[in-house]
Amino acid sequence: MSELLQFLLSGVTVGAVYALVALGFTIIFNASDVVNFAQGEFVMLGGMTTVFAHAAGLPLPLAALVAILATAAIGVALNKLAIEPARGAPVVSLIIITIGASIFIRGAAQLVFDKQIHKLPAFSGDDPIVLLGATILPQSLWVICGALVVFAGLWFFFTRTLLGRAVLATSNNRLAAQLVGINTNFVMTLSFALSAGIGALAGVLVTPITLTSYDVGLGLALKGFAGAMLGGMGNPKGALAGGFLLGLLEALTAGYLSSQYKDAAAFVVILAVLFFMPQGLFGRKSTDRV
Amino acid sequence: MMKLTKTTTALATLALLGLAGPALAEIRIGATLSATGPASFLGDPEAKTLEMLVEEVNAAGGINGEQVELVLYDDGGDPNKARTFATRLVEDDEVSAIIGGTTTGTTMSIIAVAEDAEIPFISLAGAVDIIDPVKPYTFKTPHTDRMACQKIFEDMQKRGFSKIGMISGTDGFGASMQAQCKSVAGEYAIEIVADETYDPKDADMTAQLTKIKGAEGIQAVLNPGFGQGPSIVTRNYKQLAIGLPLYQSHGVASDGFIDLAGADAAEGVRLPGTALLIAGILPDSDPQKPVVTAYKTAFETRTGTPVGTFGGYAHDAFLILKDAITRAGSTEPAAIRDAIEATSGLVGTTGTYTMSPENHLGLDLSAFRMLEIKGGTWSMAE
Repeated sequence: MSELLQFLLSGVTVGAVYALVALGFTIIFNASDVVNFAQGEFVMLGGMTTVFAHAAGLPLPLAALVAILATAAIGVALNKLAIEPARGAPVVSLIIITIGASIFIRGAAQLVFDKQIHKLPAFSGDDPIVLLGATILPQSLWVICGALVVFAGLWFFFTRTLLGRAVLATSNNRLAAQLVGINTNFVMTLSFALSAGIGALAGVLVTPITLTSYDVGLGLALKGFAGAMLGGMGNPKGALAGGFLLGLLEALTAGYLSSQYKDAAAFVVILAVLFFMPQGLFGRKSTDRV
Repeated sequence: MMKLTKTTTALATLALLGLAGPALAEIRIGATLSATGPASFLGDPEAKTLEMLVEEVNAAGGINGEQVELVLYDDGGDPNKARTFATRLVEDDEVSAIIGGTTTGTTMSIIAVAEDAEIPFISLAGAVDIIDPVKPYTFKTPHTDRMACQKIFEDMQKRGFSKIGMISGTDGFGASMQAQCKSVAGEYAIEIVADETYDPKDADMTAQLTKIKGAEGIQAVLNPGFGQGPSIVTRNYKQLAIGLPLYQSHGVASDGFIDLAGADAAEGVRLPGTALLIAGILPDSDPQKPVVTAYKTAFETRTGTPVGTFGGYAHDAFLILKDAITRAGSTEPAAIRDAIEATSGLVGTTGTYTMSPENHLGLDLSAFRMLEIKGGTWSMAE
C-alpha cells in the first residue's frame, strides 16, 4: 500500500515538472500554431540565470524575478529577430526556426554560464513530508502549486480577458484579427514574452529537484511536449492533465513493470491515445468552415 | 573550434613538403580532445592540463633539451571529427605521439588511424575494450569500470554484504559499468537481487528506489552513473530513508558531487576514487602524495577551478609520454612506443603505472582508494 502511494507521489512529482513545462508551450501555440522547440531552453535559462544571480549575491526571490524577466526579454528577442522576419513562412519553417534557436541558445549558455551542473536550495528545506509511509519533498509541492497557479492564470487569460481572446483570434485567422483591430505583432511579442516567462518560472521551481546545466532544456522540452500532445496542444487543461498523466505512467511502469521500459511504456500510451484521439485528450476539434 | 599552436605557415608548409624533417628540433605531440560538446566537462580540464604541462616542461628546458610543441584539436565529442583530426595529426602535423580520445567513442575512431600509421596513442577514456585485446600502439591511463566494480565488491565483501541492489544510468558510462559489475559479481559471491535503471535526464528516481528497497534481503545499493543522475539518486535515497549503505562509482568522484547531492544526503556514501581527490589527507608516506599535490596546486592556481579525476588522466598520459621520450632519447614513434611499453613504477595521479606487452593500462586495484563521505568531505574508508 505504502509502495503504491510512493509510486503515485513519485509520479506526481515528475508529472508536475512535465506539466509546468507543457503549459509553457500553450501560449505560443495558441497565438501562431507554432510548437516552440526552444521552450526547454527557456526553462534552462530560468534555472541557470537564477543560479548565477543567486551566487552573485542576490536573494533567491529577487534572483528568480531577474531570471524570469531576462528570459522573457530573450523570448521577445527571439520573436523579433527570428520569427517576425520570417512571417508568412509556413508553420513548419517557423518550427524549424525554433529548433535552430534552441541550439543557438544552448551554445550561448555554454559560453555565458559554464558547462557544470548546478543546484538551487529547496525553498522550504529538504525534510521529506511523510504520508502513510510514503514521502514527498516540500519542493514537489511548490512545483505542483506552481503548475496549478500557472494553469489557473492561463485559463483565466484565454477565456476571460480580451487580450487572451485576441491571442486566440490571431491564431485562428491573422488577417481577420487585424481587420477587427487586433495588433497581431503585439500579440505575437506578448505570447513569446509570456511563454518564456512561464518557462523560466518552471526552471526556477524545478531546479531544486532536477538540478540544472546548459543542456537540460532538450530533455525537459521533449517530455513537456509529449505531455502537451497527450493532453491536447494549446489547451492549458490538456497540458496540466497530460503532464501529470505522463509522470504517473512513468512512475507506475518503473514500479510495477521495469524501469527499463519506463519511457517506452509512456510513449506507447501516448501513441495509442493519439491514434484514437488525434487532438489529444482535451484538444480542440479543428473545424474548418468553408 | 581548433586551436593551433604558434607554428608559422611557412614552417608548416616546409613540414608538409617533407623538407624540414631533421631540421625540426622539437617534439611534436598531438591531441584531439572533447573540450566542447556533451563530454566537455571531461575534455575541458584535460585540454587545460595538457596546455599547462607543456608550458611547464618547456619552461624547464623541454624533454632531452628539445622544446615540446602541442597540436591540440577539439573534436566536440564527435567520433567522425576525432577521426579527421587524428588523420590530420598524423599526415599534416606529423606528430610523434597522440594523446586523446576523451570518450570511448572518439577513442575508437582514433585507434584505427593511430594503429594504421604506427603512431603511439594514449587514450583518456574508460572502456576496457580500448586495451583488451592489446593493440601494439594503443595505451590508456584511466582505470576501467571493471576495476571499479571489483574495488566496490571487494569492500562489500569485507563488510559482509552478499545481496545488493543496483540502480544504473542508461548512458554509456552507466550501462557499461552495469554490465561489467554484473559479470564480476559472482567472483565476490555477491548476488544482485534488484537491477533498475534510470535515464540520465530523469528528475526523480524514487519509484526505482522504492522497488529496490522492497527487494528481499537486500544489504547495500550500488549506483553506476555520472552527471546529475547519481546526485538525484543520493537525494532520493535520503528522502526514502532507505538506510542501507550506498555505493557510487568513480564517475562522480569530485567535490561537485557532494555539493550537488548535499552534504547531508551524501553522508556515508562510499565510492572508489583516486588519490587526487584526497590530496590533502594522504599520509606523507604515500608515494602519490608529491605528484598529486603538485598537479593540484598548479592546476588550481592556473585555472581557478578545482582539480578533477579527468584532468588527472591527461596529466598521467603526458607524464607517461614524457618519461618514455626521455628514456627512448628519440622522437621516432616506434622507439617511443617501445619505451611506453617498458614504463615501470611510474607514479601518476591515478595510480602507479607498470606497462608490459600484455598490459597497456598498467594499473592495478591499488590505484583506487575506497573513499567515504563524512561531514561533507572525503575520508579514507580503509
